[in-house]
Amino acid sequence: MFQFLQNLGKATRSSFAKLGRASFFLSHTLTGISDVVPRPNLLIKQVYSVGVLSFLIITISGLFVGMVLGLQGFNILSDFGAEESLGVMVAASLVRELGPVVSALLFAGRAGSALTAEIGLMKATEQLSGMEMMAVDPIKRIISPRFLAGFLSMPLLAALFSAIGIMGGHLVGVGMLGVDDGAFWAQMQASIDFQEDIINGVLKSVVFGFVVSWIALFEGYDAIPTSEGVSRATTRTVVNSAFSVLALDFILTALMFGDI
Amino acid sequence: MQHSKTQDTLVGFFVASGISALFYMALQVSNLGSYSSDDSYTVIAHFQNSGGLKVKSPVSVAGVRIGRVSAIRLDKDSHESVVEMRIESQYNNLPSDSGVSIYTAGLLGEQYVSLDPGSSDEYLKDKSTIDITSSAIVLEEMIGKFMLNKAEGK
Repeated sequence: MFQFLQNLGKATRSSFAKLGRASFFLSHTLTGISDVVPRPNLLIKQVYSVGVLSFLIITISGLFVGMVLGLQGFNILSDFGAEESLGVMVAASLVRELGPVVSALLFAGRAGSALTAEIGLMKATEQLSGMEMMAVDPIKRIISPRFLAGFLSMPLLAALFSAIGIMGGHLVGVGMLGVDDGAFWAQMQASIDFQEDIINGVLKSVVFGFVVSWIALFEGYDAIPTSEGVSRATTRTVVNSAFSVLALDFILTALMFGDI
Repeated sequence: MQHSKTQDTLVGFFVASGISALFYMALQVSNLGSYSSDDSYTVIAHFQNSGGLKVKSPVSVAGVRIGRVSAIRLDKDSHESVVEMRIESQYNNLPSDSGVSIYTAGLLGEQYVSLDPGSSDEYLKDKSTIDITSSAIVLEEMIGKFMLNKAEGK
């Protein structure tokens, strides 16, 4: 019993300590962003490795998710004789939920894990300490550009995902299953509101981009500097990001669309 | 990884495609693209009951959409529903004795205004009022009447 209480206390204390370290890390990173602005080259390099290299997986996944939505939606809607609403269904589910969430999960797997591994390995090979020895702040030089790149890339990737997904849904629905082209777009345009749906979807992806980049960079920076530590940190990045994205998605959806 | 021009180009391409995806969604997917309010005129109709008609519900002639409902309000004196419709100005030859009715698209679909062209030589102009109107069919009312008739018939 005593042992149990002691373990519980230890776990609580260490998780709070980690939360505190993560908050300090975040504030340090955010203040470092002002130093990234005069050096756009640092940012471009990171947007390349975070955003451009995720481009292919996001577009292909978006296409397939949209095509599956087209197929499944058609099957269900045709039972009610409402195939024309396929456009609304595909667009609403992509723009509101699947676009931001699935692209954030893919982003965590593709870019987040790479960021953690990179930073963790830099720490393990004492490159970060080396920078500090040269009076270069590693957070400003290494972390902030990566954070900003992730934060900026995520909404763009989510928008791409949704747009390509809608095209995929159109391809299957109109091209293969014979839904009327005009009805597909017209019903979509009548039901999808710019403010309500699209802006809120983009806001979601902004939040996810922030959270995933934060988790990925912090786990790398906080990793135990051994090869095992780095591998564990990478796993934690993917698990924690997925968990945070899904939980935050519920909260954001409740705030944006549910009248709670 | 040396910083290079190819990288710049790819990043530029990525950002451009992301932003164009946003524009694509704003214009093609959402209702932002269908606000073409300048080249249209307003006609007004008084209904006994406008049912579940909403602002932005379609106005159609023979099943073709020619405009949208722009405002619905209550006339304080007559307690009638005043429905304002914006009609695209390319459809400027609607006879002034046309009638409007509120129908439902499908059994459970949304309600829309259907305009039946009359035979007058004069055309509807901006701010003109349509006199011949028939109200929305409220399902509960119909069921109520049907039940009443049944009960009386017995």
